[in-house]
Amino acid sequence: MVGSVADAASQGRRKKVESVVVRFAGDSGDGMQITGSQFSSSTALAGNDLATFPDFPAEIRAPIGTTFGVSAFQINFGSRTIKTSGDKSDVLVAMNAAALKVSLSNLREGGLIILDTGSFNERNFIKAGYKVDPRTDGSLAQYQVMEIDISKMSLDVAKPLGLSQKEALRCKNMWTLGLVYWMYDRDLQPTLDWLQGKFGTKAPEVAAANIAALKAGHAFGETVEISGDYTGYSIGQANIEKGLYRLVQGSEALSWGLLAGSQLAGLDMLLASYPITPSSPVLHSLSDLKAFGVVTFQAEDEIAAACAAIGASYAGKLGVTASSGPGIALKTEAIGLAIGTELPLVVVNTQRAGPSTGLPTKTEQSDLYLAVYGRNADAPMPVISVSSPGDAFEAAIEAVRIAVKYMTPVMLLSDGYIANAAEPWLVPDMADYKPFPVKFRTDPEGFHPFVRDPQTLARAWAIPGTPGLAHRIGGIERDYDSGNISYEPENHQRMTDVRANKIRGIANDIPEQRVEVGTASGKMVVVGWGSTYGPINRAVSNMRDEGYDVSHIHLRYIWPLPRNLGDLLRSYDQVLIAEMNTGQLKTLLRSEYLVPAEGLNKVSGQPLMISEVEDAIRTRLATAKAAE
Amino acid sequence: MNAPTKLTPDDFATDQEVRWCPGCGDYAILKAVHKTLPELGATRENTVFVSGIGCAARFPYYINTYGFHTIHGRAAAVATGVKLANPELNVWVVGGDGDSLSIGGNHLFHLLRRNVNVQYLMFNNEIYGLTKGQFSPTSRIGTRSPSTPQGSVDRPANGLRFALGAGARFVGRAIDIQQVNLGALLKRAHAHKGASFVEILQNCIVYNDDVFAHITDKKVAADAQILVEDGKPLLFGKDKSKGLVLNTKTLAVEVVTLGENGVGLDDILVHDEKNRVLGGLLADMEPPFPVALGVIYCDPAESYEASAYAQIAIEKSKNPKPDINKLLRSGNVWTVE
Repeated sequence: MVGSVADAASQGRRKKVESVVVRFAGDSGDGMQITGSQFSSSTALAGNDLATFPDFPAEIRAPIGTTFGVSAFQINFGSRTIKTSGDKSDVLVAMNAAALKVSLSNLREGGLIILDTGSFNERNFIKAGYKVDPRTDGSLAQYQVMEIDISKMSLDVAKPLGLSQKEALRCKNMWTLGLVYWMYDRDLQPTLDWLQGKFGTKAPEVAAANIAALKAGHAFGETVEISGDYTGYSIGQANIEKGLYRLVQGSEALSWGLLAGSQLAGLDMLLASYPITPSSPVLHSLSDLKAFGVVTFQAEDEIAAACAAIGASYAGKLGVTASSGPGIALKTEAIGLAIGTELPLVVVNTQRAGPSTGLPTKTEQSDLYLAVYGRNADAPMPVISVSSPGDAFEAAIEAVRIAVKYMTPVMLLSDGYIANAAEPWLVPDMADYKPFPVKFRTDPEGFHPFVRDPQTLARAWAIPGTPGLAHRIGGIERDYDSGNISYEPENHQRMTDVRANKIRGIANDIPEQRVEVGTASGKMVVVGWGSTYGPINRAVSNMRDEGYDVSHIHLRYIWPLPRNLGDLLRSYDQVLIAEMNTGQLKTLLRSEYLVPAEGLNKVSGQPLMISEVEDAIRTRLATAKAAE
Repeated sequence: MNAPTKLTPDDFATDQEVRWCPGCGDYAILKAVHKTLPELGATRENTVFVSGIGCAARFPYYINTYGFHTIHGRAAAVATGVKLANPELNVWVVGGDGDSLSIGGNHLFHLLRRNVNVQYLMFNNEIYGLTKGQFSPTSRIGTRSPSTPQGSVDRPANGLRFALGAGARFVGRAIDIQQVNLGALLKRAHAHKGASFVEILQNCIVYNDDVFAHITDKKVAADAQILVEDGKPLLFGKDKSKGLVLNTKTLAVEVVTLGENGVGLDDILVHDEKNRVLGGLLADMEPPFPVALGVIYCDPAESYEASAYAQIAIEKSKNPKPDINKLLRSGNVWTVE
């Protein structure tokens, strides 16, 4: 943690800290996301563990200086294992008054504020909603404030290099990054290389100016250090598993996982998608992988995207469609077609907050009902969730495996936080994955389109182009024994049952549920799914260190649920379901197992905090103890 | 495999009981398709019929090829996926006027503008049959139906105009019972590389019987129809005595009689399939003008899937041995020891 300025200065050397949370906040045009991702890269290369949280508005360039235009990037890094992007920040870099206003409540007491005074004039703080200058009315008294005219200093170095006033001012994010690099003893080189690569040939003067600004910010830090006013910090290398690492964002890892899954299945993949926040990066990533034979199709709408993916699966590719909640809602009828015709399909849902448009850039886990139940009629499909950016790779492979093995659409639930957040990732080796090659039906003997594998209950996959197997499938109920249209009552009962049994049977083909932290029985278990992994895991570990009898279970498989889950849950006195919705998994688990699960729920568009989980555990276990 | 034997129309029939109403125009279209497929040299395994929902959309069940009966309005989108997945397939899409222009109008528009190499057959009977007779997007104003007991007030859509507006490179029209013309049009549509839009005027005997009688009745047919042929003068009527001329002042087509008012054959417009403006004028014609039939517009351009795969081929040539392990290790990586 950042120590007090006086303490650190008096030591006259870099102060060792275990972990730090820094939040960069500025206008959406201030380049905060770039600043954050550069800082993440350098920090990863320095050997720290880290987790990031890009937190930006839906507007691309909201009016300058407004609170709703504030774009922030939070990073938690340290020499210990980092599980979340951090509850509260230790350092807030505020590029203007609005950024200060929006992010201040997120700063811990005694935390450091680095303020750009150049964009902190009266007009600016009034626009941000301050009545008086917050620097003068004592409202920052509980923090340390480092006031620097970053705007002017950036102009001073960038303008002489041939940039206009406006362009030169844009370098202030690099100046700031330079200062923070000094503060945490980061290597400038990766960012210098990045700037050179990005602008070097296209706009050498822009590259030169940004490099000069970065170095100037760094030099400023060294100067204040010498003057003794401030000191830098050092953070040791984290003790993490040996191997080759990279930073990975969830949407990137998910895209690569889909590709890896399709290769393990021996299929080419077709992604059909329609642009939507925060799912679009999947479309972008895969569109750049054509060399792998990936076909991407930007459809006219969400429905067309789902339908084209289904058409592709029908024709023998791996059909994938990716979207977010509102888009998934539009795809539901098509998903029903894939369920009825029993075609493989991976539906990626990068969840976002709120009904309708809601909060497109904010995170939530509120599409669990949509995934498990959200279709007309009895239309079961497997649902798999992603618990961290790197985990998206594994989860995507698993979604592909189940889709092709069981001839079914699979919903892969990610969320906005996972999609945008980055973490160091132990790069997997494809040689470690067992292929699951698809065998298309080619034998006409005894063929009809709904002839089933007796084990998996999956129907045969016979693709157009195969001689002797011409057949018709469709949305109308199909005869169990011939695949032809059937309106027979008994047949519909039988087909409904077999579709349900096929999906339920997948429970025998997935791992039993394990306990992440703690024991297989006890006073309390906190159950989570998806991106709440980090805060729950850290909170449960902390509470166990304090002597509380609490364990952590985290679900990857939302449907069907792991076969041992019911017994496992019943072995705890209390079951607490922590999720970023109003209680969807809780309802599912209660209904499946009749366990008295209770909820810890949050729908603010912000990730769950460790302290929130800790508080819930403490309160509930204390109440239980008092009742004994 | 044995040497390919020549298939017959019967080879393309299925064992499924056809469930259309007796006397439905769909039977005639099915017959024409059964007859045309062998003439095209089509194989059962490489042919796919994709449909949406509606009477017309039952079509794939009766063709012994691959078939996919999908959901209402979305056949164009499914077919796009099929063709993108395997460009070698011979893909036909079948839909009614509601399926194609109402719930599926968006997808049809985009299939046509992208120029996906499929044949899109729109069976137009100006009514919703399978839902028991409501007016459709092609129903004329005043159509009385269960949902419009006082007559419809919606202005109807012109399918061919829609297709041309969407950028379709092949637009044609035929009548269900005119087997020869319909067969010839299907062959042209199939030969066209890119999206082919074919409107088939189809009689719904139960809910909209004789809605095209003023065009198709033997007594009026000669004057009410004009079969257009590329490079030939636009003549119609008994003995081909009537023709179309362009009034250059109004930019409108007019009907003239050869020999009257000094009109000679040289004055008659000559059909040019590649002329999109002329295609639009012909598509617009409705009584008292003759209704245009045949290939109204055809001007091929590279198909969507051909362009898409050309890009993929370039990317593959730049990176002939793509490796996921290499991909995962690209960019900034570091080793923890």
